[in-house]
Amino acid sequence: MKNLSLKELNIGLSSKKFSSEELTKFFLNEIKTSNPKINAFITVDEEKSLQQARDADKRISQDNMNELTGIPIAQKDIFCAKGWKTTCGSKMLDNFYSPYDSKVIELFNQSGAVNLGKTNMDEFAMGSSNETSYYGEVRNPWNLDYVPGGSSGGSAAAVASGMAPAATATDTGGSIRQPASLCGLTGLKPTYGLVSRFGMIAFASSLDQAGPIAKSAEDCALMLKVMAAHDTRDSTSIKQNIPDYLKSLDNPIKGKTIGLPKEFFNDDLNQEVKIVLEQVIDSYQKMGVNFKEISLANSHLSIPVYYVIAPAEASSNLSRYDGVKFGYRAKEFKDLEEMYLKTREQGFGEEVKRRILVGTYVLSAGYYDAYYLKAQKIRRLIADDFKNAFKECDLIFAPSCPSTAFKIGDKTEDPVSMYMQDMYTISTNLAGLPAISSPAGFINKMPVGFQLIGNYFDEATILNFTHQYQQITDWHQKTPGADV
Amino acid sequence: MSWDIVIGIETHVQLTTQTKIFSGASTSFGMPANENACLVSLAYPGTLPVLNKEAVKKAIKFGLAVNADIAEHSVFARKNYFYPDLPKGYQISQFELPVVNNGFLTIGDNKKIRILRAHLEEDAGKSVHGILNNQTGIDLNRAGTPLLEIVTEPDMNSAQEAIAYAKKLHNLVQWIGVCDGNMQEGSFRCDVNVSVKPSGSEKLGTRREIKNLNSFRNMEQAINFEVNWQIEQLEDGNEIVQSTVLFNPDTGETRAMRSKEEANDYRYFPDPDLLPLKITQEDIDDIRSTLGELPEVSIKRLVEDFKLNDADASIITSNKQTYEFFQSLISEGLDPKITANWIVVNLFAKLNDNELSINESPINKDQFVLLIRRIMDKTISNNAAKKIFDLLWDDPKVEVDQSIESLGLKQVSDSSAILPLVQEVIAHNQAMVEQFKSGKDKAFNALVGQVMKLSKGKANPGQVSELLKDELNKV
Repeated sequence: MKNLSLKELNIGLSSKKFSSEELTKFFLNEIKTSNPKINAFITVDEEKSLQQARDADKRISQDNMNELTGIPIAQKDIFCAKGWKTTCGSKMLDNFYSPYDSKVIELFNQSGAVNLGKTNMDEFAMGSSNETSYYGEVRNPWNLDYVPGGSSGGSAAAVASGMAPAATATDTGGSIRQPASLCGLTGLKPTYGLVSRFGMIAFASSLDQAGPIAKSAEDCALMLKVMAAHDTRDSTSIKQNIPDYLKSLDNPIKGKTIGLPKEFFNDDLNQEVKIVLEQVIDSYQKMGVNFKEISLANSHLSIPVYYVIAPAEASSNLSRYDGVKFGYRAKEFKDLEEMYLKTREQGFGEEVKRRILVGTYVLSAGYYDAYYLKAQKIRRLIADDFKNAFKECDLIFAPSCPSTAFKIGDKTEDPVSMYMQDMYTISTNLAGLPAISSPAGFINKMPVGFQLIGNYFDEATILNFTHQYQQITDWHQKTPGADV
Repeated sequence: MSWDIVIGIETHVQLTTQTKIFSGASTSFGMPANENACLVSLAYPGTLPVLNKEAVKKAIKFGLAVNADIAEHSVFARKNYFYPDLPKGYQISQFELPVVNNGFLTIGDNKKIRILRAHLEEDAGKSVHGILNNQTGIDLNRAGTPLLEIVTEPDMNSAQEAIAYAKKLHNLVQWIGVCDGNMQEGSFRCDVNVSVKPSGSEKLGTRREIKNLNSFRNMEQAINFEVNWQIEQLEDGNEIVQSTVLFNPDTGETRAMRSKEEANDYRYFPDPDLLPLKITQEDIDDIRSTLGELPEVSIKRLVEDFKLNDADASIITSNKQTYEFFQSLISEGLDPKITANWIVVNLFAKLNDNELSINESPINKDQFVLLIRRIMDKTISNNAAKKIFDLLWDDPKVEVDQSIESLGLKQVSDSSAILPLVQEVIAHNQAMVEQFKSGKDKAFNALVGQVMKLSKGKANPGQVSELLKDELNKV
C-alpha cells in the first residue's frame, strides 16, 4: 500500500482489495515506525482516524464513494479541524482544540477521506526549513541530517517517507513548492482565491493559499478537485466552475509554448540546478513544446517586497493571540499590560517575533509610505510582468529552489539566507498565480524540482504539462532509500 | 477679549441590521453576556470577515439623505491596537477611502453644517469591571455591531448649534430607518471636538475631544464647561494641549483622559481579508427609491400645503412617528391646523410629562380622531375637548361621544340661546363695556369669558364673540 497512487488506492478500496480501516491502520503503523525519526506529525489520533475509516467503509459498501473516500490524508496543522488539536506549529496554540472545521477539512470530510493526523510545520507557517516549529524540526526522509523545507515540511516529509499517501499544505511564499522540491514530491500552489482560506490559520492573508503535496501531478489533480470550491465565508474565494483536472491531464502539449524568464536563468543560478533544469527543458522539447525567452523585469524585487507585505499582514493577523480568549496565557503577571507582554513573549518563537517586529515597523506612522505602500506598488508591477509574459506563452518555467535541501541548523543563524530559499517562488504569490513544483532529478542524492507557473485559474494546464513530463520520467516515483 | 467657539462632531450611529457587520451573529440588545459572540466575534484562529450588505445599504441611504457623494470604490482598513474587548487586536474600519463623502445638514436659519465623511466600521465589545471576584469580564455581544461614523467639519459655533445639529442628525437617522436612535443603549453616541480662538482669527485653536456623550443634555453641559475652561486657560496665559477628555455628568466637568502624545499609532492598512467595496450607480438608484420623503421636504409641505406655522411644522417633523401619526389623522379628513395644534400642545404635553415617546402613547387613535372631529363640527369647545382628552389618556376604553353626553359638554351654537346670555353680561358689566369702548381690547376677552362662564362653558366661543361684537356696537 505504501507507494500506491491515490488512483490505485481508490481502485483497491472500491474493488475491496483492502478496507479503509486496513489502509488507515497501515499508515498509522508507518507513522508509529517512522515518525519518531522524522517528526512529520504533531498530532495523531488513531481513534478519530479509525472512526472516519469505518464510516468510509460503510460508504464504500453502499457504493457511495468518490475518488478520495476511505483514503487517509495528512492535514497540515494550520487547518482547523473540529475536535482536533490545531497548533499552527506554535506554543501559542498548544492547548487549542478547534471547535469547528475549516472549509478544506470540511471538503475532505464530505468526500469521505480520512484525517490521518496533523502535520508539523514552521510556526505560523513562517520559515523555509521547518526548524521554527515549537514541536521540533522535521527531518528530510532523503537524509535525516537535512531539512525537508518549509513551512509545509511535515506534510512533505510525511508523504516522502510513505507515512501518508498525500497531504494538504499551504503556500504563502513557497511553502508548498519548496518542501515538495526538497523532498522529491509534486506540490501545487493554486491561484489565490481558488481554495477557501476559511478555517486556515492566517499568516499573510493576501498571499496564503492552500494546495496539495503528493507524489504526482495526477495525485495533485485529484486532491485539488476536492479542495477547490467557492466558499461564502471567505470574501476572497472565487465563484466559478471548477474544471475536472483529471480529464485534462492527457491533453496534447505539442506545439505549446513555455516561457523562460531570463532573470531566472542567469549566472546567479546554481550550476548543478541549471544542468538538471536543462534536462527538463530537453524533455519538453522532445515532446514538441517550444521554449521562448521572456522577461520578468521586477522579479528581483520579489523578496524585499514580500518581506514588507507578509510581515505587515502577519503583525496584524497575530494580534489576536493575546492570552485573553484562547491559546496560551502567561502564568504570572501583575496587570493587563504585563499579561500581554509575557503571553506573547513566551508564546511566540524567534522567527514569528522577528516578523511581527518588521511588520509593525513597516506599518508605523512615517514608514508606511516608504515601505508598505511602495511594496504594494511594486507588487502590482510584478503582477503586470506576468500578465505581459502570458501574452507570449502558455506556462512559465522556473527553478523551484536555489538548491537542494541544506543541513539542519545551517541557516538558522542567518535569516536572510533562509529567506533567499523562496527567491523563485515568491513572485507568484505576490501575483496570485498558480504554480507547481515537480521532481526533476537529484544532486548528490538529494531531490531537486522544477517549477511551472500558469495563468490565473489555469491549474488544468499546469497539471497537464506536469503529468506529461511525469509520463516520460520517473523522478517522481523514486523513494528515499532507493538508488538515485 | 472675546472668543469664537469652534465645534466639530463625530457621531457613532449603530445601524439597525439583524446581524453583525462581518458575521452572522445577532445584534439584539440586552442578551446575556457573550450570547451573541460567534467564532468570528471571538476572533477564533482561521475565521474571516464577510461584509453584511445591509449595513452598506444603510450607509448609502444615509449618504443620500445628506446630499453626499457615494464612493464607487471604498476600502476597509484595519485599525490595530490591543485591548481586551477588541478580540482581533484590530478594528475593521474605513480609513482613507470611506463610503460617504461631502454631505451636509442645515440647522436653524439655514446654516449649513458640512459632513466631511461617513464610514462603516465594527463596534468593539465591552469590559465589565468588578465581576467574578472583582475581576474584569469581557462581553463580546456588541463586538462587530455595524456602526456608521459621521464626521462633520468644524462648522458649529455654539453649544446650541451643536445640539441643533445632533438633534437633526438623530431625527434623520431614525427617519430614514438606519438607526433606532436609542441613546441609552448607545445606538447614537457623539464625540465633540471643541476649540476656541480669538474672535475673527483665521487660525483654529487647539482642540480637545469630548468622548462618548450619550444625551443632548450632557452634550450641552459638556460643551459649555469645556468652552469656559478653555477660555479661562487661554486668558490665564496657558496653552491648550490636544487631548481626549471625558465628561462626568455628576460633576458637570470634563477631564483629560489622554493627550495626543500618548495616542496610539494605529498602523492602518487595507484589510486583505475584504475586497474593496464597489458600489454601482444602479445600487445607488435602488436605494434612492427607498429613501422616501426627508424631514426637510415634509416640513416645507406642512407649511405650504397645510399652512402650519414653522414652529408646529418642525415639532410635527421632529420624528417620523409623529409625522406619520399626523399624516394618518389628516388622511381621515381632519383639519390640519387643529390637528397639529392638538398634537403639539396637548398630546406632547402629556407625553413629555410621562416621559413617553409617541409610539408609547396610550391614546386610542380612533377616539382621538373623533375628538378632533367634534371640535371641528363645533359639538364641543376646545376646553371641553381637553377634559375628554384627559379621560382618553387615562382609559383607552373611554368613548368620546358617550363622554360628551354624560358630562353634558355639548356646545351651544344656537344664537337664540346665546343672545340672552350676551345681553345679560353686557347689562351686568358696564365697567368692562366702558373699557372696551375706550379701546382696551383685553376687556373684550374678559366679556367673552363672562358669557362662557354663564353658559357653563357650553357656548360656542366663536359665536359668543360674534354676537358680543354686534351687541357692543349697539351700545
